[in-house]
Amino acid sequence: MSKTDQLKIADKTFSSRLFTGTGKFSSSEVMQQAVLASESELVTVALKRVEPGNDDDQMIAALKDPYINLLPNTSGVRNAKEAVFAAQMAREALETNWVKVEIHPDPKYLLPDPIETLKACEELVKLGFVVMPYIHADPVLCKRLEEVGAQCVMPLGAPIGSNKGLKTQDFLEIIIEQSNVPVIIDAGIGSPSHAAHAMEIGADAVLVNTAIAVSPNPVEIAKAFKLAVEAGRIAYTAKLAPQKEQAEASSPLTQFLYE
Amino acid sequence: MNSFKHTLSEYSWDEVLQSIFSKTESDVRSALQSRKRDLEDFKALISPAAKPFLEEMAQQSKTITKKRFGNTMQMYAPMYLSNECQNICTYCGFSMTNKIPRKTLTDAEIIKEAEFLKSKGYDHILLVTGEANKTVGVDYMCNAVKLLRPYFSNISIEIQPLDEEEYEKLIENGLYATLVYQETYHRETYKIHHPKGKKSNFDYRLETADRLGRSGIHKIGIGALFGLEDWRADSFFTALHLKYLQRTYWRTRYSISFPRLRPFSGGLELKVEMTDPDLLQVICAYRLLDEEVELSISTRENEIFRNNIVHLGITSMSAESKTNPGGYVVEPQSLEQFEISDERSTEIIAKMLSETGIEPVWKDWEKSW
Repeated sequence: MSKTDQLKIADKTFSSRLFTGTGKFSSSEVMQQAVLASESELVTVALKRVEPGNDDDQMIAALKDPYINLLPNTSGVRNAKEAVFAAQMAREALETNWVKVEIHPDPKYLLPDPIETLKACEELVKLGFVVMPYIHADPVLCKRLEEVGAQCVMPLGAPIGSNKGLKTQDFLEIIIEQSNVPVIIDAGIGSPSHAAHAMEIGADAVLVNTAIAVSPNPVEIAKAFKLAVEAGRIAYTAKLAPQKEQAEASSPLTQFLYE
Repeated sequence: MNSFKHTLSEYSWDEVLQSIFSKTESDVRSALQSRKRDLEDFKALISPAAKPFLEEMAQQSKTITKKRFGNTMQMYAPMYLSNECQNICTYCGFSMTNKIPRKTLTDAEIIKEAEFLKSKGYDHILLVTGEANKTVGVDYMCNAVKLLRPYFSNISIEIQPLDEEEYEKLIENGLYATLVYQETYHRETYKIHHPKGKKSNFDYRLETADRLGRSGIHKIGIGALFGLEDWRADSFFTALHLKYLQRTYWRTRYSISFPRLRPFSGGLELKVEMTDPDLLQVICAYRLLDEEVELSISTRENEIFRNNIVHLGITSMSAESKTNPGGYVVEPQSLEQFEISDERSTEIIAKMLSETGIEPVWKDWEKSW
């Protein structure tokens, strides 16, 4: 993507607006190839899958690339306290102060807990973390997170891993309209067309994991997502042609100006 | 601290103006058909290229306004408390150098004016003063708000810009909204028209809405005084200001007013004339940009224009206004800040609204909030 259209989050800039994940792949090799094919520069890693102190950790080793930044996530925690603890562990283990705050106490749909997430973010910002909260597409929550210092918001398009696309589109559009921090649409993006759609409505980036990892051909699909995100972004900045609405004939309202 | 000053500094007046004037018919069509309009669409809608589309803009503006606000009109009345002023504003009847008798209402006089407006049905009131900090400072205003609270559910002010703590104090005492117009967003022209007094500080005025936002006020009104500079560029910067404020102080609601310079006792040649079609275009453009923002029209405008514009985007209006302190009952003969144009009584305006399918709303706030 063009150098002038870079995404800035906290102190980092990204040329790619596609963020990816590391879960659910059949092997570290496939994961590595898919991430490289996606050209993603921010890759999320579940802290629970990392073995601290193990320098031979295959997953981490597979992501040793100068363009790739690791984004530890707190997946598995159920409240703010555990999330803060997990973030501190991640900072130690992966040497980064970036953290994706994921607090989903519900093990079935993995829906984020807004109250614990807000609490955790407030605390983590004070501790010097760059926080990226995974949340419902809740516009008010996004503003509250912005106020406590979250450097971006990551609202969901549909339940995590569901591949259903932008079920929350109306709310995502409100979030995008109101936000002063980057909006990254996370969860639910199941196909490149969903990703392009997210970019067309003005998302700053998308995060895609399951749709790539679970595809029969992760590397090719990763490439497709890369192209879709680029296409959607270009369409957004270039502006789409409007959809035509049927005109309504009605009596003139401006005649008085000329009488 | 973040403020609109930073946002404004990223724009060049001349480039904005040029960009507005270079908008084409196809830009206007695209803006009219867009589902979510942005500031580039707004530029197209206020551009000369949009003039042939005024009827379509009016139709859309009417529909959108109805959808959001229904068939209602919020009624309010201004109450001038003082014409004392230490500023020189080249266009204003209260300007320090104008040799006019100065008057600041006493408690008893404030009550008298309030009782009159109350008898007319008003429950939303706008208190207006010049800028004279010794006599009409924050303490005077706090006292006025306290005095008027038993009479009105909704009290707004249009006075000199204050500090954040001062706004907090007024809000504690029952203030609902503050209107503060930048007059013009053109720094140099602003300087010419405000050569002396506290108001000559462009940045302090510019950052007033930020201070208000931080103070937690319910509503902020902004706008430009049309006639000082190119109205298209000033409208764009007002829209930019609005969008900035909405994103930053998201708990606050916003209103826009469209004061056009009116003749007054000092006289001033207008730099840029704004015609009735121009004003209609701007009002519709704001509505097409933002479905929720309140749009307000005063008695500066004439009967015919007001009779029509109430259907085309406007959501609040005043009637029978007096722009001199004590103008309603205490001292009706004193000199006005500017001449109003629509002099019809409140009753006639209310009747005009009802007869055209609009309900005048007198009370739409609960003062215990």
